[in-house]
Amino acid sequence: MYQHNRLTTNNFNFFSKLANFDYILMACILLLGFISLATMYSTDGGKILFHTKSHFTKLIVFTIMMLIFSFINIKFWFSIGYFFYVIIIGLLIWTYLFGIKSSGSQRWIDLYFINLQPSELMKICIILCLAKYFHRMKLENVNSLYAILSSLIIILLPMGLVIVQPDLGTSLLISISGLAVLWFAGINHKYFIYTMIGFLISLPFIISFLKPYQKLRVLTFLNPDRDPLGAGYQIIQSKIAVGSGGIFGKGFLKGTQSYLEFLPEKHTDFIFTLFSEEFGFIGSVFLLLIYAIIIYRIVAIGAQSRSYFAKLFCYSFAASIFVYITINMSMVLGLLPIVGSPLPIMSYGGSSMLATMIGFGIVMSAKVHNQQSIA
Amino acid sequence: MINSSSDNVKKLNSINRRMFITGSVKFFIMIGLVSRLFFLQVKENKKYLTLSDKNRIREWKLAPVRGEFHDYFGNVIAGNFEAYQLHIIPEQVEDFRYVIYRIKDLLELNDKEFKRIIKKKNEIKSWETLIVSDNLSWKKFSKINNHLYDLNGVKPVISISRNYPFGSNFTHVIGYVSQANEQDIENNEAIKKNFVPGLKIGKVGLEKSFEKQLIGSNDIERYEVNAYGRRISQLEFQKGEKGKSLRLTVDTKVQQLSNQLLKDQAGSICVMDIYTGEVIAMHSSPSFDPNLFVFGISQDDWQIIRNDPMKPLVNKTLQGNYSPGSTIKPIVALSALENGIINTNFTVNCRGHKHPLELYGQTYHCWKKQGHGFMNLRNAMKQSCDTYFYEIARKLGVDRLSETAKKFGLGKEVFGNLFNIEKKGLVPSTQWKKNALGQSWVLGETVITGIGQGYIQTTPIQLCLMTAQIANGGYKIYPKIVIDDENKTSPIDKFTPLYKNSKNIKIVQDAMFASTNEVRGTSYRSRIDDPKYQFAGKTGTAQVKKITERDRELDLKTFQIPYEERDHALYIAYGPYKNPRYAVSILVEHGGNGSTTAAPMAKKLFKTIIDRHQLRESINNKKYLDI
Repeated sequence: MYQHNRLTTNNFNFFSKLANFDYILMACILLLGFISLATMYSTDGGKILFHTKSHFTKLIVFTIMMLIFSFINIKFWFSIGYFFYVIIIGLLIWTYLFGIKSSGSQRWIDLYFINLQPSELMKICIILCLAKYFHRMKLENVNSLYAILSSLIIILLPMGLVIVQPDLGTSLLISISGLAVLWFAGINHKYFIYTMIGFLISLPFIISFLKPYQKLRVLTFLNPDRDPLGAGYQIIQSKIAVGSGGIFGKGFLKGTQSYLEFLPEKHTDFIFTLFSEEFGFIGSVFLLLIYAIIIYRIVAIGAQSRSYFAKLFCYSFAASIFVYITINMSMVLGLLPIVGSPLPIMSYGGSSMLATMIGFGIVMSAKVHNQQSIA
Repeated sequence: MINSSSDNVKKLNSINRRMFITGSVKFFIMIGLVSRLFFLQVKENKKYLTLSDKNRIREWKLAPVRGEFHDYFGNVIAGNFEAYQLHIIPEQVEDFRYVIYRIKDLLELNDKEFKRIIKKKNEIKSWETLIVSDNLSWKKFSKINNHLYDLNGVKPVISISRNYPFGSNFTHVIGYVSQANEQDIENNEAIKKNFVPGLKIGKVGLEKSFEKQLIGSNDIERYEVNAYGRRISQLEFQKGEKGKSLRLTVDTKVQQLSNQLLKDQAGSICVMDIYTGEVIAMHSSPSFDPNLFVFGISQDDWQIIRNDPMKPLVNKTLQGNYSPGSTIKPIVALSALENGIINTNFTVNCRGHKHPLELYGQTYHCWKKQGHGFMNLRNAMKQSCDTYFYEIARKLGVDRLSETAKKFGLGKEVFGNLFNIEKKGLVPSTQWKKNALGQSWVLGETVITGIGQGYIQTTPIQLCLMTAQIANGGYKIYPKIVIDDENKTSPIDKFTPLYKNSKNIKIVQDAMFASTNEVRGTSYRSRIDDPKYQFAGKTGTAQVKKITERDRELDLKTFQIPYEERDHALYIAYGPYKNPRYAVSILVEHGGNGSTTAAPMAKKLFKTIIDRHQLRESINNKKYLDI
């Protein structure tokens, strides 16, 4: 009873919040940030150039932002769930109408001080929104037609807006994040299985609707040697880089594949390739281990949380992070076709890091306020 | 509240159960990722490491250093020299236009050359080497070096290139080198392997035949390159091997003498060791300077060589099919003796142009208007009586003659497949005519074959071999020009006798001696009385066109006849007569007469050859002395 009283009091002070902080998660995030900085430094050829500086600034700013977010009560995050979603949808529409065009797609909006990619924010926002949606719902109502349809609309709306950019990769990641929430919210297994079967059956039809460059990516994935200097170049060079790293790697700043510019997009989607080339199997496993600890901590925080919303958010966010990592790594290791998907924190890119850090901020807030129940 | 809390419990159960499922799935996927990493980085590491090295390391081959040719005494007759070249790597030049115009002024390039360089520059990548000039004079080279301060990115380079110190003297023995073309690369594995742009390869002669040994192997520079092929750093320099140097059997002094003797005339001189078959000299005149071809011959020079009526490009020694004329007579005589048609006492009456030999209405004249009178073999050979040889050829028949001729090396390549340009010549027979022309043999053709006219054709080197084999007492030899030729295994039938009765060879040798050293001999005037140099020979005068009655009446002197219609002058000889060692064949195209044109050359040749014999022997003995 006493406990209950203490925790429901609103003058829950700063120091007790600090004591409740998840230091393991924090340490892992900082370590990851440090590794990503070092790797970025390597992609710049061992000099502090644009990418390193920019990445460093973002890392500092967003980490501070995350810390601030973690002191904001989880109730606040719950309350802004729908609002946040609507804002991002608005931004996506804005992107569709007035976005910046670059290399054939329209994904960014100009905010004068930063070019924002709203689709990246949607990845976190959809979890927040759906977690709020299912928070109060009774388990028997979860599988009602109304609940399923409205949650599907919540997922499909941003997906559609992202697909038209066009950005298939991000829209798939958004839908996966959304589906993760649906899964944890308790929607019947059958629906997932049916959807999966339906998806597999309709796969040939979907492929016929793909854009030529997307078809090429699929074909290239199935056989990278089909066009080793064209479409298959990325996969082949990436595999060469990772494979040539060996057990201990070629050493920091000594990755010949990236240093000699054989690696494509080494700052963004293929950053793991460079890391893996320089630090080898040991380094790669270590990096995976850090990610695993982060995911484990997020899940643990979810498990400790009193509120269903926090649980739902943490579990789904952990699942999403896991999926991003898996997709990115599978892609560079030649297990999946090339879809644009950044590696959280490691990859260069402000919006992606912003979204991830917002996620971490909310998770940390859930940890700090883990005894907070939401009505 | 109870309701709600029980629902909460249910919800929590559900979410925790699902979290557990998700967690397990995550775990297995993680294991999958790690095992994929393990597969790529540990198991397949070697494969990808090689691929990565292939990516980043690129080899640059440099032209190999070509093996040299040495003469018998070790003098370099085809060597290498340092060529001064000017290279530019366009990307290292700040202002290419300025630099190239500056070079144009300094080297005094004409517009044509300048345009060629600009065109070449546009064809290559900006980090590849542009060869502005491949053989600069020292003066221009030093001029460039003096102006290097404002020629950024220009590299004066010293590169190794072919040089023929004796100029045109050896052209028809060793040939020349020039830039390899696509066909050369396609046809020769060694060239393909060692090819670099600008590689010089043998185009004719021994340079071509021994390409494989001479070419050597490339120096290899390994560079680390980036994805765009730009060199980042040099990793390794692998020194190539210089091509094998070949020592030839030729004697430069004799070869030079041959060049002098045939100066301004078309023809050929061969000198051969009659026991070892070593070719001491082999010259075809006129020759040309092979150095002209090394850096690509200019159009003007090429036209001069190509349009020369004396045909310098034809190697007359190996490629020239000539009627042997009277030089065939020793073989005809030998064949007649061997087949028992005649003996030394057999006599024919030569009655001059008033009473020529007549067969089926066709007349066959001796060269001597007044006739020789009664001739036996020795006299007939000595004075080269045609009537005598008409008669014995008629009795002998062409088939038996051709059999002997072939035995002595006529009608097939002397060097086998060493020179791909070598001609076979032609030794006619009844069977040959039937096959080749579809006609039957006519007796008249046998008669003229007896004096080396008609179908019969020989190359000068064949005549030399024939002479050598008569001189050495009738034993088979295999001529060679390269010492330690790995390609050749020693033939088994070396030194097998070619005669049925060695006495017959002696008779022919004696007749040839008479021809040179006795009064009335056709080459008597070219004799040397000193037994040290004394040689025996046989003159020959090969008709280029049929002699008509009108010609016979006019009886023009050589200089009165147009050049192309003059007879070829031939001479074959061997010496010293006692203890013979060397055989010589001389051919002067349109030289008029064997005894006046060709035989005097032999006199000068034998002087030099025999004088140098001691020296030649001492080279061989030297290796024992050194020990």
